[in-house]
Amino acid sequence: MPATQTPTTLKSPPPLSDPAANQSVLRRVLGVVGVQNISLLMAIALVVIIIGSQNPLFFTVGNLRVIGTAIAISGLLAVVQTIVIIMGALDISVGSIAGLTSVTSAMIFTATGPLLGVVGAVAIGMLCGLLNGCIIVFGRVNPVIATLATLAAYKGIAQLISDGRAQGYTGADGFFVFLARGSIIGVPTLIWVLVIVAVLAHVLLRYTSIGRNIYAVGGNDIASRLAGININRYIIGVYIVTGAVAAIAGILITARTGSGQPVSGSEGLELEAITAAALGGAALKGGKGTIAGTILAVILLGILTNGMTLLGVNSFWQNVAKGGLLVVAVIIQQLRSGERRIGLPG
Amino acid sequence: MNESNEQGTLMLSARGIEKSFGPVRALQGVELELRAGEVTALMGENGAGKSTLLKILTGDLQPDAGTLALGGTEVQFTDPRQSRLAGLRVIAQEPEVLLHVSVAENIYVGALASHGFVFNRSATLARASADLAKYGFEKLIRPDALGSELSPAQRQIVEIMRALVDKPSVICFDEPTSSLGDEEVVILFRLIRQLRDEGIAIGYVSHRMNEIFELSDRITVLRDGRFVGVKTTAETNHEELVRMMVGRDLSQFFHRDPAVPGENVVELRGVTNEHVTGVDLVVKAGEVVGVAGLVGAGRSELMKTIVGDLRVQEGELLMGGSAVDFRSPGDAIAAGIGFAPEERKAEALLLQRSVRDNIALARLKSLSRWIFVRAADERSLAAEYIRRLGIRTPSGDQLAGNLSGGNQQKVVLARWLATTPRLLVLDEPTRGVDVGAKSEIYAIIDELAHAGVAVLVVSSELPEVLGLSDRIYVMAGGRITGELSRAEATEEKILALAMDETELTSSTS
Repeated sequence: MPATQTPTTLKSPPPLSDPAANQSVLRRVLGVVGVQNISLLMAIALVVIIIGSQNPLFFTVGNLRVIGTAIAISGLLAVVQTIVIIMGALDISVGSIAGLTSVTSAMIFTATGPLLGVVGAVAIGMLCGLLNGCIIVFGRVNPVIATLATLAAYKGIAQLISDGRAQGYTGADGFFVFLARGSIIGVPTLIWVLVIVAVLAHVLLRYTSIGRNIYAVGGNDIASRLAGININRYIIGVYIVTGAVAAIAGILITARTGSGQPVSGSEGLELEAITAAALGGAALKGGKGTIAGTILAVILLGILTNGMTLLGVNSFWQNVAKGGLLVVAVIIQQLRSGERRIGLPG
Repeated sequence: MNESNEQGTLMLSARGIEKSFGPVRALQGVELELRAGEVTALMGENGAGKSTLLKILTGDLQPDAGTLALGGTEVQFTDPRQSRLAGLRVIAQEPEVLLHVSVAENIYVGALASHGFVFNRSATLARASADLAKYGFEKLIRPDALGSELSPAQRQIVEIMRALVDKPSVICFDEPTSSLGDEEVVILFRLIRQLRDEGIAIGYVSHRMNEIFELSDRITVLRDGRFVGVKTTAETNHEELVRMMVGRDLSQFFHRDPAVPGENVVELRGVTNEHVTGVDLVVKAGEVVGVAGLVGAGRSELMKTIVGDLRVQEGELLMGGSAVDFRSPGDAIAAGIGFAPEERKAEALLLQRSVRDNIALARLKSLSRWIFVRAADERSLAAEYIRRLGIRTPSGDQLAGNLSGGNQQKVVLARWLATTPRLLVLDEPTRGVDVGAKSEIYAIIDELAHAGVAVLVVSSELPEVLGLSDRIYVMAGGRITGELSRAEATEEKILALAMDETELTSSTS
C-alpha cells in the first residue's frame, strides 16, 4: 500500500455543501490545473488584493508592464532551471552564464553587428553548459558543487574580459532597442521571448519522448538506464540548453541596460530561478515539476517584488524575503513527501 | 556467568515468536535458545526468517507475539540500544566502519577517552592496543590504521571489538564469513572459540555446512519462517540438515507444461567479469530456464551482465548464434532483451509517473513521430497491456507508486512485453508479491514461453524455480556449479549445488 510514500498529488478535500454535479466539475478543474497551481493562483490573488488595496498604482497598465518586463529575464532562467531540476540536477551557474554572455554579446556586437552578437552569445552559453555537463558526467562531480565552481569561474571570466566594467553600447541599435522596449500587438518583446521559451519547454516536457525521458532520469536513474536511456547524453544536452537560454537572458540584460553587464544585471538570478521552480512544484529530488507551475511562481514572485517596492520595503529586506520564500517552498515540499526527520535530507 | 560451564546456562531464549509484514508471515512460532559457552548455529534457506529473527533479538523489529528472555528475565526491546545495554550484540554481515578515522576511534565510537570535550588520542590508542592484545588481534590490525584501509576481516574485528567493549553475554554473528578469505576465516573462528570459552553465548547464522559442523555445538533450523528443530551437531549430518531445511509440500505450487525448445536465443561461453567467472549458459526459444543459488551467489550480477548493464570482460555472449558486445542496456534492448530487475522500486519503476508512462518507457521511440509521442497510440498500448496482464488500476493515469506490489511487477512486465523481446530476464519476479498475483505472473511466464519467448528466471524460492523451469542452473560464488533438467531437479540437489562454494574454497586452500 502507498502509505509510506505520500502520493505526490493530494486528493482535493471533499467540498462540504456542493451538490454532486459541482463536485465533479470542481474535481475535474482540480485535476487539470493541479492542487499546486491552484494554491499558487490563490496566493497570487491574495497578494494582488493586499498590494492593490494599499497602493492603487499597482493596477495601472504601466505597472503591469513593469512587472512583465521585470520577470522576463528571471522567468527564462526559472523555466530552464525547472527542466534541470526535473532531471534531478541543479544549475546554479545560470546567473554567471547570463552575465558572461551579456558582456560578450555587447562586445561581439560592437565589433561586428547584432546578428553575430546574438549568435556568438548563444554559442558561448552553450559552451558553458557543455562544460557544466561534462564536469558532472565525466568528472563525477555533484551538480551543485560543479555549478557552484563554474558560477565563480564564469563570473570571473566575465570580469576578466570586461575588466569589470560595462562593455559596448547597444542603446542605439534598432534590434536591441526592439528587444528592450519594443512590443508586438501591445505586448512587450521581453514577455514574448519568455512566452515562446516557456511554451517550447512545456511542449518538450509534455509531448515529446525527450521530455518523458527527462522525467524518467530524474525520477529513477537506474530504471532509466535499464530501460535503455543514454543518461549522460540527456544530462549534457539539458545543460547545453540551459546555457543557451541563459545566454538569451544575457542578451536581454544587455538590451535592457544598453550595454554588456558582467555582473550587475545577473547576480542573484540563480536564486530567483531556483525559488520559482521550487515554489512551482518542481521536486528538488527530480522526476516532478511543470512549466505552468514555474510560470505561476515567477508571476507571484514578480508581483511580490513589485509590491514590496511600491510599498517602500527596503531592498535589503526584499533579499531576506526572497531567501525566506525559497526555504518555505522547499519545507512545504519536504513535509508533503513525508520523509523521516533524521540526519541530512536525502 | 560460570567460567567452568558444565551444561551451559541458558542465556537467551526466544519462544513462540511471530512476525508479519502485511500479509506475509515472516515468522511463526519460532524458538531459539542460546547457551553460555556454546555456539548455536542458525540455519535455513534464503527467506527462512533468520535475518528477521536477528532483528527481533536486537530490538530493530518488535515481534507480534512471543517472548524474549535474556539471562532468565523477560525483556522487550524497542530499540537496538536497549539490547546492547542488556548485553546482547549482533555482528552485522558488513559492518559499518567510519572510513577516515583510526581503528581505535572506530572501536570506541560514541565513548571516546577524553578530558571534558577534548578528545584524548593517545589514551584511546593505548586502550585500543591493550584491548586488541587481550583478544590476540594485535598482529592483525593496528589501532592507528584508518577505517578505509581495512580488509573485510579487519572490519569484522573492529565490529567485534566494539561489541566486546560492552562486555556482552550474548553475541550473534550474521553470516560473518561471506566476505572473508580462508585465512581470515581461521582467525575469526579462533576468536569465536575464545569468546565461547569465556562463557559468552554465541549465535552463528550461516549457509555454509562445513563451517557449521566445524564450529557449532548445536544447530537450530528454520524453514519458511517456522521452527523446524534443534540438533546437537555431533549427532546430525549434512543430509539430515538439508532435509530439515527443504521438504516442503510442493503440490500447491505452479506446474507448467514443458515446452518444446526451439533454437538458441542466448548463449554464454565462459563469460567472466569481476562478479561472475566462466559462465556457460544457454536459453532456447520457448524455454523457461531457472537460475537458483543463495544470496550473494552472483545471480543478479549475471543477469545484469546479460542485459548489458555490466560488461563482459572475457568470454562470449551470443544472441541468435552471433557474438554481440553490449555497451549499455540500450544495446541489449535493441537486440531483443527485456529485463525486470530484482529491486522493483529502486531499479524499475518511476513511482511518481503514471502507469502509462511506465509501460511505454522502453519503447517510446517507436511510439513517436520524430520526437513527438503519439498520445493515442501510447494510450492504447497501455490499455492493451493493462487488460492483457490484468493490472488492477483505476486508469492508465494512476501513479505507479500507488499500485500494490503485484500490480507494480505487472507494470514492469508490461513495459518489457511491449518491446516484444526474444529473451526476457526476470530477477525475482514474485518477490513481495501476494499469492494471487504470483500465480498470475506464473501464467504470464508460461504463456510467453509458449509464444516462443526465451525466459530466464532468477528466484530464491526453490518451489518457484522447480515449478516454472524447464532447466535449472545453480550458482555459487559467481560460478555455475550445476545444471539440472526438469526431471532430475529436486530441492535437495539444488541446495547441495548452491552450497558447493564451501567445498570449492576449502579444497583450493
